[in-house]
Amino acid sequence: MLIVRKLHRAGLLPASFDLDAGECIAVQGPSGSGKTLLLRTLADLDPNWGEVSLDGKLREAMPAPRWRRQVVYVPSESGWWSERVGDHFSDWEETVMLIKALRLPPAARDWPVQRLSTGERQRLALVRALILRPKVLLLDEPTSGLDKEAARAVEQLIAERLDKGTGVLWATHDAVQAKRIASRCLFLEDGHVREGSP
Amino acid sequence: MSYIPLSTSDLAIASVLVILNATLSFVLHLGLERQLLIATVRMIVQLALIAVVLKTLFALVSPLWTGLAALAMILFAGREIMARQERRLLGLWSYGLGTGCMLLAASLVTLFALTTQIRPEPWYDPRYALPLLGMILGNTMTGISLGLHTLSTGLVRDRSAVEAQLMLGATRWEAILPVARTALRSALMPIVNAMAATGLVSLPGMMTGQILAGADPVQAVKYQMLVMFLIAGGTAIGSVSAVLGGVYRLTDARHRLRLDRLSSP
Repeated sequence: MLIVRKLHRAGLLPASFDLDAGECIAVQGPSGSGKTLLLRTLADLDPNWGEVSLDGKLREAMPAPRWRRQVVYVPSESGWWSERVGDHFSDWEETVMLIKALRLPPAARDWPVQRLSTGERQRLALVRALILRPKVLLLDEPTSGLDKEAARAVEQLIAERLDKGTGVLWATHDAVQAKRIASRCLFLEDGHVREGSP
Repeated sequence: MSYIPLSTSDLAIASVLVILNATLSFVLHLGLERQLLIATVRMIVQLALIAVVLKTLFALVSPLWTGLAALAMILFAGREIMARQERRLLGLWSYGLGTGCMLLAASLVTLFALTTQIRPEPWYDPRYALPLLGMILGNTMTGISLGLHTLSTGLVRDRSAVEAQLMLGATRWEAILPVARTALRSALMPIVNAMAATGLVSLPGMMTGQILAGADPVQAVKYQMLVMFLIAGGTAIGSVSAVLGGVYRLTDARHRLRLDRLSSP
C-alpha cells in the first residue's frame, strides 16, 4: 500500500521499503539514529527526496495537506494550538469513544491543555490522529509516557485499526513491545535503514 | 503669521544644558561623558548636513534628485528593519522583504497624499514630498520590523503547535494564522496607541513645529490629522505585506514550516 523508494534527506540515507495494508512495522534503533526523521519525512514535513506513493498514487500528485490526512504522523511530544482540550477535536462524539477506550474521562474536553500530563497528552494526540481515519499511521514512541495498563489500551486500539486495514509504522525503544506489535522491523543506525524481524 | 529665527549664539546658550549633563555624569560617575560627546557632535553634524541637503534639493525642485533622496531614505530604513530582527530571513530576503514592503507602502501613501490632498505645484516638490515621506517611513518602519520580529520569534516558539496542525492536514495559511494574527496586532498597536494618545498625552512634533513657525493651530491640527491617517495607512499596508511575505517565505509549496530559512539565534 505504502511504497517507499530511495527516500533520503539530511541525516537519513536512502531508504526503500513497502508497508502493506493492515501491517505493522516496528522502527527500532538507538536514540538519534533517525527514527523521528524517517517518520517526519514520510509525512513530508521536511524537505526530502525520493519516491513515496500510497495505493499507487505519488505524494506529489496531491496537495500536501491531503497526503498528511492519509499518512498521519503522531510525534512523541505533541503540539497544541488552543488552550482547551476540546478545541482540538472537531467531532466530539467520535472522540469520546476513543477517549474512553484509552481510559480517559469524557470530562477531558474542558481540561486546559497546560495541565495535561505527558501520558494524557500522548493519548489525546493519538485520538486526534485516529479521528482522521488515516490509511497509514506513523507513531513515534506512542507509549513512552504511559503506565502498563494505558500502554496496553493503546496497543489494543491500534490492533483494531490494523484489523481494519490501516498500515502502521511504530517507532519504539522497547524490543519486547516491538515483538508484540509488529511482524517486521526497520532498524536504523546512523541514518542507515535495514530490514529485519523483531 | 511669523516665526522667530534663531541665531548661533542662541544655540550656544542652549548647549549649556548638554554641558550640564556631562558635568552631572562626571560628578555621579555615570561614565556617559564620552558617549554624550559623540552623540551631541553626531547630532550637530548630521542635522547641519541635512540642512544643506534639503536646502539644495528645495532649490533644485528636480524630480530626479528628489526621487534619489527618497530612495536613499527608504534604503536606510530597510537596513534599520533588518538590524532590529533577532532571527533574520536568510539570503536576499533578509534585506529585501522589509525594504520592498516599505518601498511599496511609503511610496503608495506619499503619492496618494501628494496627488489628492496636499497637491503642491509641481506634485513632486521636495519641500512637501520629503518631510511627508520621512514621517510615513519612520512609523511604517516600526510596524514592519515589529511585525516581522513577532512572526519569526512566534513561529520558533510555537513551532510544535503550528506543525501539529500541519500534521493533521491543515494548510500553511490555516496553521500559521494564529501566529500571523499576533504579528499583525503587534505591528499595528503602536499607531493605534499613538492616535489614541495624540492631543492629550503628546503634542505631535509636526504640529507643534507648524505652530512654532507661525501657523494657525487649526490648520496645524488639520495637517496632523492628515499625517496620522497617512501613517495608519502606510503602517497597515507595509506590515500586512511584510507578514504575508514572511509567512510565504517561512513555509513552502508542500505546506511545510521552514524555520531553516531563518538565521540561527
